[in-house]
Amino acid sequence: MSDDILVKMRDVWLEGRSDETWNPIINGVDLTLKKGEVLGLIGESGAGKSTLGLAAMGYTRDGVKISKGTVEFDGIDLLTASAAVKRELLGKRIAYVAQSAAASFNPAHKLMDQHVEGPVQHGVMGKGESEEDGMELYRKLRLPNPDQIGFRYPHQVSGGQLQRCMTAMAMSCRPDLIIFDEPTTALDVTTQIEVLASIRDIVEQFNTAAIYITHDLAVVAQMADTIKVLLKGDEVETADTRTMLSAPTQEYTKSLWAVRSFERPLKPAVNAGSVPVVSVQNVDAAYGTVPVLHDVSFDLHEGRTVAVVGESGSGKSTTARCITGLLPPTAGQIMVDGEVMPPDYRKRSKDQLRQVQMIYQMADTALNPRMSIGQIIARPVEFYLGLKGAEKRKKVDALLEQIELEPSQYYHRLPSELSGGQKQRIGIARALAAEPKFIICDEVTSALDQLVAEGILRLLARLQDELSLTYMFITHDLATVRAIADEVVVMKDGRVVEQGPKVEMFTPPHHAYTDLLLSSVPEMDPDWLTNLLTERGVDNIGDAAVDKM
Amino acid sequence: MGNVLTIILQRLALGLLTLLIVSIVIFIAVNLLPGDFAQSILGQGATPEAVASIREDLGLDQPMVTRYFQWLGGVLQGDLGTSFAQANFASFSGTTSGATTIAEQIAPRFGNTMFLAMITAAIAVPFSIILGILAALYRNTVFDRATNIFTLSSISSPEFFLAYILILFLAVLNPIFPSLSNIFEGMPFSERLEKSMLPALTLTLVVTAHMMRMTRAAIINLLASPYIEMARLKGLSPMRVIVKHALPNALAPIINVIALNLAYLITGVVVVEVVFVYPGIGQLFVDSVKIRDIPVVQACCLIFATAFILLNLTADIMSILSNPRLRHPK
Repeated sequence: MSDDILVKMRDVWLEGRSDETWNPIINGVDLTLKKGEVLGLIGESGAGKSTLGLAAMGYTRDGVKISKGTVEFDGIDLLTASAAVKRELLGKRIAYVAQSAAASFNPAHKLMDQHVEGPVQHGVMGKGESEEDGMELYRKLRLPNPDQIGFRYPHQVSGGQLQRCMTAMAMSCRPDLIIFDEPTTALDVTTQIEVLASIRDIVEQFNTAAIYITHDLAVVAQMADTIKVLLKGDEVETADTRTMLSAPTQEYTKSLWAVRSFERPLKPAVNAGSVPVVSVQNVDAAYGTVPVLHDVSFDLHEGRTVAVVGESGSGKSTTARCITGLLPPTAGQIMVDGEVMPPDYRKRSKDQLRQVQMIYQMADTALNPRMSIGQIIARPVEFYLGLKGAEKRKKVDALLEQIELEPSQYYHRLPSELSGGQKQRIGIARALAAEPKFIICDEVTSALDQLVAEGILRLLARLQDELSLTYMFITHDLATVRAIADEVVVMKDGRVVEQGPKVEMFTPPHHAYTDLLLSSVPEMDPDWLTNLLTERGVDNIGDAAVDKM
Repeated sequence: MGNVLTIILQRLALGLLTLLIVSIVIFIAVNLLPGDFAQSILGQGATPEAVASIREDLGLDQPMVTRYFQWLGGVLQGDLGTSFAQANFASFSGTTSGATTIAEQIAPRFGNTMFLAMITAAIAVPFSIILGILAALYRNTVFDRATNIFTLSSISSPEFFLAYILILFLAVLNPIFPSLSNIFEGMPFSERLEKSMLPALTLTLVVTAHMMRMTRAAIINLLASPYIEMARLKGLSPMRVIVKHALPNALAPIINVIALNLAYLITGVVVVEVVFVYPGIGQLFVDSVKIRDIPVVQACCLIFATAFILLNLTADIMSILSNPRLRHPK
């Protein structure tokens, strides 16, 4: 039985250095992986999933160290092994698939050159043989044009395809173990499905063991035999996938499972005659000479939330840029409260600018790191409302209270001293400081963990009820849409393909594209992916590919 | 590729514009020099009549704008003009005799300077890049620190000091190379090379620091990138990670620093030429400034500016070509 064990980590402690002190990242976690088994490692950001995954390879990033414990791979102690012994294992018997394939492929070399590098350097195969094998793997991973795609540079290939190329590269030496580090997090739902199916299939075919790291429960449910839940460096519980999903024993696991339950009550339909707060009318837009938006029209009514959904590149954020005047449309117009807005923000009056505010996806980069929280919020207060001195301070304090942060505690802090969720709250307060009618929320929760994101959504909902704000909520996450939207606009390739009240959008019949989007959102059912693929007519992607050969 | 061609043509046009502006600046600056050729040549015995007569001969009495356009017109037709010294006092000047136009006068000097620059580049560029790669590979070790101290102290020392140290060790104590670099036309290549070795080594010491440190910094800057982590996790050797994965992506800044230093090798070698009595363009330039031989000074400045702009242009184009996104558009 013990011969079956591939990875054995016992009482592993990891520490990371920040500001000259070592802080714990992983506190005494055990991990056992049998040959051919897939272990799902889940937790929120900061739980130490990636660090633990890399430690299973005997690798730590700069500024991280393994302070205690043992890591064995197939009986080899990776912590005492020499660099040369580890290099012999890495790439050949243990491979890694990173979160962002676009960043993890070297931009200077063709995909195939990077693919064959492992086998050639490790002496597993010759260059020609490895290239043949690469094409074979590309074919199995259902990549388009498998004989030629390898001879392109990374930037010439789309994100989903790159992610599959990286899986192929990890497979190039037929390793015993692959670490998948959030391999689909950066992808759109429709692409994610293809990658998930390819990965699952190829791992099964070659009986490769895998550690699958993700924060998405529904994804891990499709991929893993066993799930291990981490919280702030501690193991919460480990169980086989079906048991874990149906009967989690720990409170934390249950709370993770429950996140998706938040949903706002439905609002009555809009009165037929009412003037929309914002109306986007037949807008076309272009970046330089490249047209991006085509005839985009929709209305946003007071006190309601319109979710704009679509994949990356569908024109969601460009529409927001047109509304704010950052990108003047080439045709059509934007109306606020029945009044036509000048297309360019520079031509808008201060009051017109005040009406439309934005909250950004990356709170990290949207807040000036050198300004204190008080200064950040005070700026729009002074600029738009003309308040000074004590009045200004009073307004800032009131705003901080509105976003549920204690003013006396946070006023003088810098953004770097706040957590991701708190930073996003500051972003909200800054938008509210202008006392706008309308706020554009551009993927405001997608960089946050589910529990934190839910807190932000609840806050936005409360503020909407109190201040009767209108939101345009840009997102690619349909769970978020379900939670907060009143109306939904589906975009694809710069066009609106479907729009209407949320209830209608989530009940069939859908537009074909909406249907594809909706059905691609992973569900917690471990059989979901299998069933979906059967439904879509491909029961086993590998077999289908083999048949074609 | 059309994309790249447009960028290159744009850069080329910008380069020409820069050159035009530089020509104006040169002309004004040279004319702002106190005293003029007539005064400096006549010295103490200058009478107002004699000065005026020489000025009239040389066209110095014309307004500046007229003189500028006359000069520019000549330059555009490839005529750099005639040296004042050559024209009127052929026997006076210490510069080469027999040549009548500036072009003929400068050509051999410029050739010598280019020869020295190329030898130096052939030594310094590979040396600095290899040193930079090794320093990045063994970063924060004794080797890295020693390399940094060595290159930084050589760039911080005055050139003549480095030159004399090299003369002391390589010419006086161990007579390996000659300390005088009086090369002339028709000298065989090997002898030329031997005579140019000491100035070339001195210049190598001066230019190595920038290039080596930029190579090291540009590579280390990339070591935190995900694709470098990926290369390490593929089990590649540290050397391969740096040479194959980091270096190709670090080329753009390195190329730019190399170009700046090569330009320096052409335009800034006056001191080294003087120390080794090397008959390059720098010496001619200094001599001409001394006697206010304005056409020669202007011609030298223009050549320096052109070399500078051309090298930077080449660097720009090579940086662009080192980016696969531009070489292979989607």
